[in-house]
Amino acid sequence: MSDTVAPMLSVFPSRALVDENFKVVVKNLPPGCPVTLHSLHQCEDKHYWEAYGHYTSNHRGTVSVTDDLSFGGTYTGKEAMGLLWSMRPVPGSREGLRLRRRNVCSPLLVNISVYRGHVVEGFREQAPLASSLTERWYMAPGVQRTQIREKGVRGTLFLPPGPGPFPGMLDMWGGGGGLVEYRSALLGSHGYASLALEYFAPGELKSADLEFNYFETAFNIVKYHPQVMPDRVGIFGLSIGAVLTILLAAESSFVKPSCCVCISGNHLYPRGATIKEVHQVLNMKSPKIRLDENNYEIWRDMGLPIPDDLAHKIDVGRIHCPIMLVNGHDDQSWATVESSDDMAQMMRAAGNLHLLTRLHYPDAGHLIEPPYTPLFRATKFVKDTKEKVILLWGGQTKPHSDAQEDSWKKILAFLEQNLYSSPTLKAKM
Amino acid sequence: MDRKQCCVKLSVQPSRGLMDEKFIVLVQNVFPGFQLTLHALYKCEDGHSWEAFAHYTASAIGTVNISEDPSLGGTYSGVEPMGLLWSLRPVPGSKPWLRMRKMNVQTPMEVTISVYPGYQTEGFLDQVPLAGVVVERWYMAPGVRRIPVTEAGLTATLFLPPGPGPFPGLLDLWGGGGKLVEYRSALLASHGFASLALDYLTAKVTIETGKMVDNQYFERAYKVLEQHPQILSSRIAIIGLSLGTSITLKMAVYSQVAKLRCVVCISGSHVQPVDGSVEQIMSFFNKNAEKTRFNNENHMICRDLLLPIPTDPSLKVDVGQLQCPLLLVVGEDDQNWPTHESAMDIKEMMERAGNSHLLTLLSYPDTGHLIEPPFTPFAKASSFRAVSSRQKLVALWGGETAAHSRAQEDAWRKTLVFLRANLYGGVNTGIASFSNL
Repeated sequence: MSDTVAPMLSVFPSRALVDENFKVVVKNLPPGCPVTLHSLHQCEDKHYWEAYGHYTSNHRGTVSVTDDLSFGGTYTGKEAMGLLWSMRPVPGSREGLRLRRRNVCSPLLVNISVYRGHVVEGFREQAPLASSLTERWYMAPGVQRTQIREKGVRGTLFLPPGPGPFPGMLDMWGGGGGLVEYRSALLGSHGYASLALEYFAPGELKSADLEFNYFETAFNIVKYHPQVMPDRVGIFGLSIGAVLTILLAAESSFVKPSCCVCISGNHLYPRGATIKEVHQVLNMKSPKIRLDENNYEIWRDMGLPIPDDLAHKIDVGRIHCPIMLVNGHDDQSWATVESSDDMAQMMRAAGNLHLLTRLHYPDAGHLIEPPYTPLFRATKFVKDTKEKVILLWGGQTKPHSDAQEDSWKKILAFLEQNLYSSPTLKAKM
Repeated sequence: MDRKQCCVKLSVQPSRGLMDEKFIVLVQNVFPGFQLTLHALYKCEDGHSWEAFAHYTASAIGTVNISEDPSLGGTYSGVEPMGLLWSLRPVPGSKPWLRMRKMNVQTPMEVTISVYPGYQTEGFLDQVPLAGVVVERWYMAPGVRRIPVTEAGLTATLFLPPGPGPFPGLLDLWGGGGKLVEYRSALLASHGFASLALDYLTAKVTIETGKMVDNQYFERAYKVLEQHPQILSSRIAIIGLSLGTSITLKMAVYSQVAKLRCVVCISGSHVQPVDGSVEQIMSFFNKNAEKTRFNNENHMICRDLLLPIPTDPSLKVDVGQLQCPLLLVVGEDDQNWPTHESAMDIKEMMERAGNSHLLTLLSYPDTGHLIEPPFTPFAKASSFRAVSSRQKLVALWGGETAAHSRAQEDAWRKTLVFLRANLYGGVNTGIASFSNL
């Protein structure tokens, strides 16, 4: 056997939350050695995802992903977290895959390896020089996860560790349906008692017998929880969840959130309509659905033009709490930017524009999620007709990932400002 | 303190770390100048509760950062980022003379860190804290493989780093308490060394036959490392503590089978019947048993058993013949073995023989016998049942909490640097094959 000891590959921290940075360093390589850093993850559906970057070691035989530049691969440039956000399904995978973690109690396991030379394919067929395993967690130690089945409301509550009381959050996802827990798990890890709400099963939006009342009840479950501060409860929504958030903030007489975060939402909701009726409206507009060159459905035109008629829009002038809107300019699913422009106009006219914060990201798509998870430019979606199509969400990998990283930091700061800051400081502002 | 302090933010970064990693404990959102107590609570595997606490005053912006701010009192004082861990001690009312040792390395140590209002010293568990978080401390990094080894009659556990290797190998030897102690090996594997924790006093073969292991037992353990496909036979070392040092020095100098790249000897001595078996070494100690002293708390002091350091060469490992680097770590307040005196004699012997350039000596004041990986509670004395005597006594190890904890942190860092330099460093002869690409 040769006297060559393996290079040392380290990932620090080896166990981290999904939104935390890590440092990947390789030592003990020969100087000026071309290598490929590679990441591999097998998701719960058993698909493989990978990313890689091409590097050259320095005179001491070291490569540091945080400090050095990648000159090729699924990401280029100085990208500390590129090995995570630029992951994509390995060649030969099915189309339209989406990496969404269902079990948030255990970590995502990512294998990070270093290969000799600048490799572009066939990673599984060769032995790496060294490899390391890193754990990415949605739940911090001590966070408690509880199923909620109360007053007809279905969801999962994540409580931070400690006695509390904590600020609360109602967390709503979008048209894909089902119960998506990971954002609430992360919010719980950041100190918010967060309820991930399930409000319809996948593909069943049309038949969902939903009334406004369901969301108000859900909000109150959070508000009146013994470990939640009733005067510090916010609402967080993405896509349809964001529409519902804006609706609750503007129209509900029972629900008074302390602040709202709306990602890729809009205010196009016929006044007084039920969700079912909204759906019928959407169906009527379905001729406006376009197809791109891959036959992926583009839905954004259904929302255009933004109507002038107030009867078709939520009266955002009635919002009384700070609200943050996050949108991607390359959103192919909804006309969120145009909607957000219109909302700002309405709020200016109503005199509550000071409550609005807008985060806009060029070349980001619809699904702006917590950072360092792969972009889904287009994924399969089950329509109400039970038809399985591929929806184009939009977004270019690097700008979309930057948007996720930047918006998440700003969202957490916004939540901290509005839900954690002491009252005396607030009064002075 | 009349105004209710709410929304206190407490965070520990990282919330999941290795046992030897530092963390940053941050309190935010308290009133400026607020007096508070940080408290750590740990329930160990034996069911005992351990706690530590420290008093801080919040800054003008309402924060406390343990890495930068001084503790004004408690179980530690001054600026001590890791004080909440190394100053842990059994809660009032616990059994006396406990020592914390995690035997199951596959689960983390879970510590609850909380913040209480005011400067408090007791009754923590009867109150509700302002905030609390849980921190996990792991001996095993993700991907480290734990492999029980029973071949060749051994009682051992091999820890392999993640990846294809090949890795340098380490034989890991503990002391007179026996048992299969895995945590140091688990941690070493987390740092890239394939490490074999070996039980040589209470091994299965000894339990079953009543006979102590012979010298070949250790050579068989060495061979397990040497022959492993993921371990480099040319880069094997031994790390030993206490009685483990005796074995380590013996093998380094006298073994025909073991070709060692370097050795680490912690809290040990070279005094022993030359190349004696474990049994012979132990009966040599027992012969001097009348030199055992007891302090006024009836704690056993064994350091005199090997004193004075003999001049007779048949009673000392001939360290002048050592051919590989030696890292010697000793505590100057060691009450269990005369490690400081032994270290001085080793140094002199090596200087006379001309191989002292191989020696690195780390000698720490106010430090006792149990020099272990850092950030675990300090025990100045603890219940001890020596394998030979079967008597349960309280052994005095020596050392003073803060100084000893500092020594552990420093010695561990230097041990890792020494091991990396000797086992990972040097010319990587694979260069030729790399540059052809």
